[in-house]
Amino acid sequence: MAASATPKAAGPSLVGRVTRTLGRSRELTLIALMIVMAGLVTAGAPQFLSPGNLGQVTAMAAIIAIVAAGEAMVVMTKNIDMSLESTIGLVAFLVGVLLRGSLPVPAAWAVGIGVGLLLGMVNGAVITAFRIPAIVVTLGTLSIFRGIVFIFAGGKQVDVADLPPGYTDLATDTILGIPLFVIVAAVIVTAVALMLWKTRFGRQIYAVGSNAEAAAILGIHSRTVTFAVFALAGMLGGVAGVMWGIYFGTIYATSASGVVLQIVAAVVVGGVSISGGTGTVVGAALGALFLALINNALLVLQMPQELLQAIYGAVILIAVSADAFLSRRHQVVAREVRA
Amino acid sequence: MSAATTAPARRRLSPSSLARWETLLVLLLAALVITGARMSDVFISSRNFANLASSVMEVAIMALPMTLIIITGDIDLSVESMVGLSGAILGTLMVAGLPLPIAMVVVLVVGALGGLMNGWLVTRGGLPALVVTLGTLALFRGLANVLLGPTVISVWPDWFTEFGFGTIGGSPIPYTLVVFAVLAAVYWAITHGTWLGRQVFAIGKNKETSRYSGVPVSRVRTWLFILSGMVAALAGILLAARFSSVRNDNGTGLTLTVVTVVLLGGVDINGGKGSIPGVVLAVFVLAVLQNVLRLVGVSSEFQGIAVGLLLVFSVIVPQLARQANAAVIRARGGRRPPAGPVPTGEVNAQS
Repeated sequence: MAASATPKAAGPSLVGRVTRTLGRSRELTLIALMIVMAGLVTAGAPQFLSPGNLGQVTAMAAIIAIVAAGEAMVVMTKNIDMSLESTIGLVAFLVGVLLRGSLPVPAAWAVGIGVGLLLGMVNGAVITAFRIPAIVVTLGTLSIFRGIVFIFAGGKQVDVADLPPGYTDLATDTILGIPLFVIVAAVIVTAVALMLWKTRFGRQIYAVGSNAEAAAILGIHSRTVTFAVFALAGMLGGVAGVMWGIYFGTIYATSASGVVLQIVAAVVVGGVSISGGTGTVVGAALGALFLALINNALLVLQMPQELLQAIYGAVILIAVSADAFLSRRHQVVAREVRA
Repeated sequence: MSAATTAPARRRLSPSSLARWETLLVLLLAALVITGARMSDVFISSRNFANLASSVMEVAIMALPMTLIIITGDIDLSVESMVGLSGAILGTLMVAGLPLPIAMVVVLVVGALGGLMNGWLVTRGGLPALVVTLGTLALFRGLANVLLGPTVISVWPDWFTEFGFGTIGGSPIPYTLVVFAVLAAVYWAITHGTWLGRQVFAIGKNKETSRYSGVPVSRVRTWLFILSGMVAALAGILLAARFSSVRNDNGTGLTLTVVTVVLLGGVDINGGKGSIPGVVLAVFVLAVLQNVLRLVGVSSEFQGIAVGLLLVFSVIVPQLARQANAAVIRARGGRRPPAGPVPTGEVNAQS
C-alpha cells in the first residue's frame, strides 16, 4: 500500500524502470497483452472482432468482473472466499424460481441480491466471530450453499419458458451500442474502486490486509472490516447470480460450478496480491476480461474447449510467479536506489 | 511473558486436550454406530462394513499426507484433480496397450512429479501453497480433460476391479482397507516416532526457528507435496478400480472431504498440531456418518451439506475450547495466553 502511494521515482536503469512499471501497473500490462492477443486472434479468425462476438465475450466478462471485484476486496484483506460460485448458483436459481412464481422482476432481483448479501454475512460472521481461517469456512459453505440449491431444486431446473417473455434479451441489449451488462459492470467496478480509493473504509481494507496488527494499533476494527468485506463480496456474488440467470435463462442446480477458479484467476491475474494489502478492483475486472478473451479465442480459433481449464491453471501459476518475481526485483531495485 | 510459567502449563494442557479430542471422536463414532444399528437392520453386517470402508478409502489415504502438509502450515487443494489426472492417464495407457501394472507405476511417477511441481513453486518460488495448489487444481483437471475429453473408459481387467471393491477371501475386509492400514501404520510410525516427524511439527510451529535449528525446511515441505501427489495418484487408481470406470471428472470435490477428515481428526489448521490416530478415527467417523445417512435415506445432496457443516464445526469447536480455556486462565488471574496459534518463539528461544 505504502509503495503504491509514494510518487514515482526515476529508476536507476531501463530494466529497473520497465520491471517497476510492469510491477506497478498490472492494469497496463494486461491491456497491452489483450491488444496483442486480440490482434493475433483476429489475424487467425476475423469474426473475432464482429460486434456479436465481442458482445458475447464482454457479457460473460462483465459477470465475472463484478464478482471478482468482491473477491478482490476479500483477497486484499488477506482472506479468500471459495464459496462465491455457490452464491452465484443459488441466487441464479432462486431468482428463476421467484420469476416462475410470477414475482415482479425488480422484487425478484432485490431478493436475489439480498440473499447474496446474507450468504456473505454468514461467511463473514463465522470467520470473524470464531477467528477461523477463511479458506476453511468458505470451503465448507461452498459445499453447504450448493447443497441448499440441490435440495431447493429437487432435481428440477429453471427453463427459459418459465421466465417473463424477453427476459433473457437483457443480456444482449445495448445502450448507445454498449452492452447493458458492460455498463452495469463498469458502474459497479468504478463504484468499488472509488470506495477503495477515496473512503476511509476503503483504506481500512488495505490497512487490514497489509498489516493487521498495525491497523489494530491505529484503531481499525479489523474484524468489522473483514465482516463487511465478506458481506459485500456476497452481495456482488448475488448481483452476478442475477446476471447469470439473465445470461443463461436455463438454470440447473449445478450452474456456476467450478467458476471459483475463474474468479480467483481473474483476481490474481489482475495483480491483487494473495498475501494481502495491494491491488485494484480495476485490475481484477481487466483480469476477468482477459480470461474471457482467452476463452473466446479458443472458440473462434476452433481449438478444443478442454484446454480452457488447464489454461486457467497455468494463468494462475504464471501470474503469482510473476508477482513474486516482480516484487523481489522491485525490492532489489529499491535497495539499489537507497544505497 | 516468562517462558518458565507458560511452558509447563501448556505441557500439562496439550496432551490431555489432544487425548480429549480423540476420546471425543471415539464417543462420536460409538454414538453413530449405535444410531446406525437402531435405524437400520442391515447396518451391522459384514457386507455393509465392506461397503462403508471401501467407500472412503481414497479419501482416507489422501488424508495421511494432507495431515502432515497441514501440520507444516501448508495445504494441498490439488489432490482431487490429481485423482482425475491419474485415472485419465491410467485409462489412456491401458487403452494404448500398456500392461496395467506398468501403467500404475507411470501414474505414481506422474503423481510424484505433480507434487514436486507444487513443492517447488511453494518452496523455491516462495508462493503461498493455497494459490499454487488452486492453480494446479485447475491445471491437473484441465490435463485430464484434454487427455480424455468426453470419453469414458470402463473396460478393465477382472483382477483390477476385484482389487477395487473385492474383499479378502470370505472376510469383510476390502483390499483397499489393507492398503490404507499399511500406509496409516507407516505414517503413524514416521510422524510420531522419528526425527522426521518431529521436523514436520517443528516446521509447523515456527519455520524460521526450525531453519536456524538445522531443519531442512524447504526439502521437508517439498517431499510432503511429492508424497501427497503420489498418494493422490494412488487414490486415483483405487477410484478407477472401485468404479471400474474413468471419466474426466473422477474425484471432483474430494479435496473438501479430505480436508474435512484431517481437521475433524484434530489437526490444527494453523499448523503445528495433530495426530495420525486422530485422523484415522475421523476417517471412520465420516464413513459411518455417510453410511448411516445413506441407510436412513437422506439424499446424497444433503451429504454435501453434512460434510461442509462437519468441516466448519471441526474448526469452530477447538477454537471455542481454546477461547474458553483462555477465559478460565484469565478468570484465575493468570496471564492471558495469546488467542489463536501459540507463538513458539519464546519456548524455542529458551532452549
